[in-house]
Amino acid sequence: MSGALPIGLGTLLALGSALAAQTRDSAAAAQHREGVQAFTQISTVLLHPRCLNCHTNGDHPTQGDDRHPHLFRVARGGANTGAAGMHCSTCHQTANNPATGVPGATGWELAPLSMGWEERTPRELCERLKDPTRNGGLDLNGLGRHFTSDARVAWGWSPGGGRAPVSTPKETFLAAATTWLARGAPCPE
Amino acid sequence: MFELKVNGTVRQVEADDDTPLLWVLREQLGLTGTKFGCGIAACGACTVHVDGQAVRSCSFPVTAAVGRSITTIEGLSAGRAHPVQQAWIAEQVPQCGYCQSGMIMAAAALLKEKPAPSDADIGAAITNLCRCGTYQRVRRAIQRAAAGAAR
Repeated sequence: MSGALPIGLGTLLALGSALAAQTRDSAAAAQHREGVQAFTQISTVLLHPRCLNCHTNGDHPTQGDDRHPHLFRVARGGANTGAAGMHCSTCHQTANNPATGVPGATGWELAPLSMGWEERTPRELCERLKDPTRNGGLDLNGLGRHFTSDARVAWGWSPGGGRAPVSTPKETFLAAATTWLARGAPCPE
Repeated sequence: MFELKVNGTVRQVEADDDTPLLWVLREQLGLTGTKFGCGIAACGACTVHVDGQAVRSCSFPVTAAVGRSITTIEGLSAGRAHPVQQAWIAEQVPQCGYCQSGMIMAAAALLKEKPAPSDADIGAAITNLCRCGTYQRVRRAIQRAAAGAAR
């Protein structure tokens, strides 16, 4: 009898510790799963034509829901703001122009090539989005601010001129972004 | 009431906030060298400079022009002395001429940023439309102006 108790206690302790580890693991797995699910919702926004048209992989923006080449074969230029003499701001101002149909928002320009989102796998897209060396130096907090307060991001839901807004509602996107960031911004496999 | 600096002179204009700069230039200030073409920022006939950069004034609200320096074709140079204007005369660029003030302003903006543009640079920057098809002469005149400025 005298030896049985310590063995029983030891077993119980080991079992408890294993259970705790398992709980931690499953909590971590759940966090990861929720984060990845949230990113899937985020990616529906990133891959919408309102966003992709300026997040191109090449030297030109595109236009419209069919993503045809931008009129006049508008060029990216060295600073992503258009060609010398023909900058984005030649036509695009800080707000949509209802009279002419020309869209606009503060900072209207192409995303840098490092933020080209065309033909990326979900994982590539995710890693690109959260990598400060490619996303313009944004850490996760900065990324959160970008989602909530960048005029160009907001424009996706109020594009004017008869353009289709991003199909995922803005509130859904922001909620997904909050979840994704809170879960440590995990990426899909 | 807005205060605009146009061709170096401060002018006061009455307009709604979203009135296109082109309307103000032509109808209130009498600067009719800048033309109305398509009205949707597609043709470039209405090109002026705002702080030295080409802007299509038909799609540029007057409020955005406040506190900035606007240059129209009338103010590009005294006595048509700008190298682009001189090159335009030398190459006899215009046919009907309607789009040409916008072309000249676009060309001047290009050369300011890129004094020795390649043909590709010209193609990327000069997207103005000319229904007479003077594009070859436009290109030659820009190259002439660039070469002249280099000398």
